[in-house]
Order: sequence, then structure tokens, then C-alpha cells
Amino acid sequence: MEQQVATFTVKKGLAQMLKGGVIMDVVTPEHARIAEDAGAVAVMALERVPADIRAYGGVARMSDPELILKIMDAVTIPVMAKCRIGHFVEAQILEAIGVDYIDESEVLTPADEQHHINKHLFKVPFVCGARNLGEALRRIGEGAAMIRTKGEAGTGDVVEAVRHARAVLGEIRRLQNMPEEEVMAFAKEIGAPYELVMETRSLGRLPVVNFAAGGIATPADAALMMQLGMDGVFVGSGIFKSGNPAKRAAAIVKAVTHYNDPYILAEVSRNLGEPMVGRQISSIPEAELIAGRGW
Amino acid sequence: MVGKLLRIGVLALQGDFAEHIAMLRQLGVEAVEVRLAEQLASLDGLIMPGGESTTFGKLATDFGLIEPLREFGRQKPIWGTCAGAIFLSKDAHRPQPLLGLMDITVERNAFGRQVASFEVDLDVPALKAVSDEDLPFHAIFIRAPLIESVGEGVEVLARLEDGRIVAAQQGRLLATSFHPELTGDPRFHQYFLRLVDNPT
Repeated sequence: MEQQVATFTVKKGLAQMLKGGVIMDVVTPEHARIAEDAGAVAVMALERVPADIRAYGGVARMSDPELILKIMDAVTIPVMAKCRIGHFVEAQILEAIGVDYIDESEVLTPADEQHHINKHLFKVPFVCGARNLGEALRRIGEGAAMIRTKGEAGTGDVVEAVRHARAVLGEIRRLQNMPEEEVMAFAKEIGAPYELVMETRSLGRLPVVNFAAGGIATPADAALMMQLGMDGVFVGSGIFKSGNPAKRAAAIVKAVTHYNDPYILAEVSRNLGEPMVGRQISSIPEAELIAGRGW
Repeated sequence: MVGKLLRIGVLALQGDFAEHIAMLRQLGVEAVEVRLAEQLASLDGLIMPGGESTTFGKLATDFGLIEPLREFGRQKPIWGTCAGAIFLSKDAHRPQPLLGLMDITVERNAFGRQVASFEVDLDVPALKAVSDEDLPFHAIFIRAPLIESVGEGVEVLARLEDGRIVAAQQGRLLATSFHPELTGDPRFHQYFLRLVDNPT
């Protein structure tokens, strides 16, 4: 009766428990408590939300462990934190302080322009962003136990999250409909491990939980991503950059649970105050876009 | 399970309700998602899945589900896994909405943070009621709660090797700290369906 820890089953299992829920970016312990009280299933502990990272410029790094620890003390729900793409020492530090999930995130400035972290080496599970099926399966191949769309963080514009969700789900539908002899060429075309492509084909979905992220700002945005087939949503700047964070947070939580009920969606969307201002993605110069980070 | 088709609800406010539904359908019973009080009507039993118990509490309060769920549990079987077990309990050592149906006290995140989540084989003698094979049950614990103490009339179904309680039953109510829905092993679901089909 030996206990086994850090198996892939328990890593992806935590993400399964988060399904149908909202994971919120928070920058203080007070924010974290507001998020928990609003019904968040987890929080992402950060020094700056993506909208401020964009505005601030410079190199965006892992947050101060002191801040993350204070947020871990403030709530009973799981706490996630971000490290830079490829920065496995930031990941080691986050594992050492005991965060529940690491987001190897394009929102921070990448530390390696060719390689992501070998996530199999860690006991803590990882979530990674993806724009399409190939990218998602490469991350899972490296050990990611949860996937999210990249979207375009810090914009409040949902268009990229929709594009990435449709890409992943559309490619899975295509994969399921092709004869088996075409699968190897498909795996080559999308640059994904063949075994994971075969597993995805037989499951009809990614082998791990798949959340929406990047630009979700309203209850309707969140429900849109759920109706498209995502398992849950991350909301970054959309809550604490809005006029009434507590109310908006609670409304987005309700919208994710009742994503198929337009009457409840109408009710929870009323009187939420100002949404985050937002930036239309088509107005942002190519060089400032972050979804292209990661390979 | 001969005769009428059982209709089992799975609380679908948040969490891994889809895994429970898949297991129930595999066992040939009708499984439906429950998000609103009126969806409790005509159910023979209810499963409350894994997820975040604070989220369940918040949504159940805001959508007026607390009293209807209590009323349901006074008459029909309910099984809570992990967060569902916390929600079923009468005490979780912190102020959060609970159904208080089952006379158990739970400790949330009793094993620590996610890196301490684990899998282990458990002895569950009660499962002999649904299977001739006396095999251990492979249990998956994810930021799991412990059942710290049980009241009178609550039967302990499983313990860890060190004696700590991880599964219990009080008449028609069932609580497990772990997630049978994440394994391929249907015995706990069969055990619950037996409770539904043969009310005590």
C-alpha cells in the first residue's frame, strides 16, 4: 500500500477538479480573498496583471516569492504562479515554496527562445498556453498537465482566445474524421508527438483539461468560451481592472456554471459597472503581441 | 438493478461532474446535470463531485440550492466525493456554506498542497457487497480532505494505513475523500447505486 505522489494522474487530476470554474489573476492577498469569496476555483498570484505588464514594459519575471506566499496564506483554494518560458529555475523556486500549479507563461518575457521547461522533472503540475493543437500536444509531451488558450492577455479583447479555441477544437474534429493512415502525416504537419495525436483522436478531446484564457472580460465572454467547448476560464486583467471587481468576479463565476442559460446570463450581466477599458488587438503593433511567444 | 431505470443527478455547479456522469452511463443508469433546485425533482439519488467546496457553497447559496439539497438528502441518497464530501459534512473548521447533512467533521487540504497529492490502494471491505473479488480499491487523493471524526451512526468504510478515515457512510449518505470517478473502477458507483435501489 505504498503511496505514490506526483503521478501524472494527480497532476492532471487537480485540473479536472477546476473544470467549470474561474481562475482569477490577483496581485494582493486582499484581491485573493475577494476572488475566493466570489467563488473562484483558484487564483494566479502575480505582481502585475497582464494589462499592467503591457503598460509597464521592460522584462517581466516571476513574482516575488514573498508576495506569492502571502497570497497562499490568505486563501484555501489552489494558488498558481507564473514562470518565464524555459526558465526552469524560476519553476524550481515556485515548486519549493509550494504553489499548486505553475503557469509557464508567454505573458512574462521568455527566458529561452527555443526550449520550454522539461515539466516531467517536477512534482508540481504545469499549465501552458497554446494557439493550436500542435502547440498543445508539444506542451503535453513536455509534461504539461493542463492547457489553456493563449488568447492575447491584458487586452480585454476575446478575439484571439476564440481563434485559439476554434483552432484546437477544429483540428481535433479534423483528426477524428481522417482515415488512420493519414494520422502520421497529420502529426508531422502539426509538429506533435504521434502517440499523443492518436490518444487525442480516440478521446475526441485533449488528453488534459483545456481552459480559455487571454482577453476574457465579461460574463458573456466567459460563457462564449464555455459554449465553444472549453473546460473553464482564466480571467486576468478583466476583473481587477474593472469598476467593481467583487461583483464582476461573482458574475463571471455564475456565467461559467450557467453558460447555457441565456436568462441567467442576462441577469448576472446587469449593472456590473465599467468593464476594463481594453485594447483592440488589431490596433496593437505586431511586435507588442505576446501570443507568438513560445514554440 | 432490474426494473425501473434509475435516474441519478450529478451536482454540476463546478468540478469533475462529467467524469461521474460518464461512469454512471457506463453502468447503464440515467445521469443528469443539476444546477438548479427544480432539477432535483424526479431524481433517485445525487452525487456531488470533486471541485472546490467554497465555489459549491457560494453558487448553491446564490441560486437557492442549500435548502432544497438538504430536503433532498433527508429523503434520498447523496454521495459526496472530495469537495462534495466537505459540502455534505456538518463541520469543516471554517466559515463556509455546508449542507450539514452528514455527522462528520472534515479537515480541508489535510495532506497539504498539491505536491502532496497521492494515489494509494485501500482496503474497502464494504465493496464486497457489489463484487465477489476482494481486490483493494485504487484511490486518488487530490488536495484531499480527511474525515477527522464521525458521529454516532456513521460507519467508517475505509482508512489509510495510519488509521485516518477517508470513507464513511451514514444510512443513505456516503462520503469519500478520494475520487472513484477518476479510476476505471466502478465499484464505489455500484455501491452507491445499491443504496439508491435499496433505501435503508
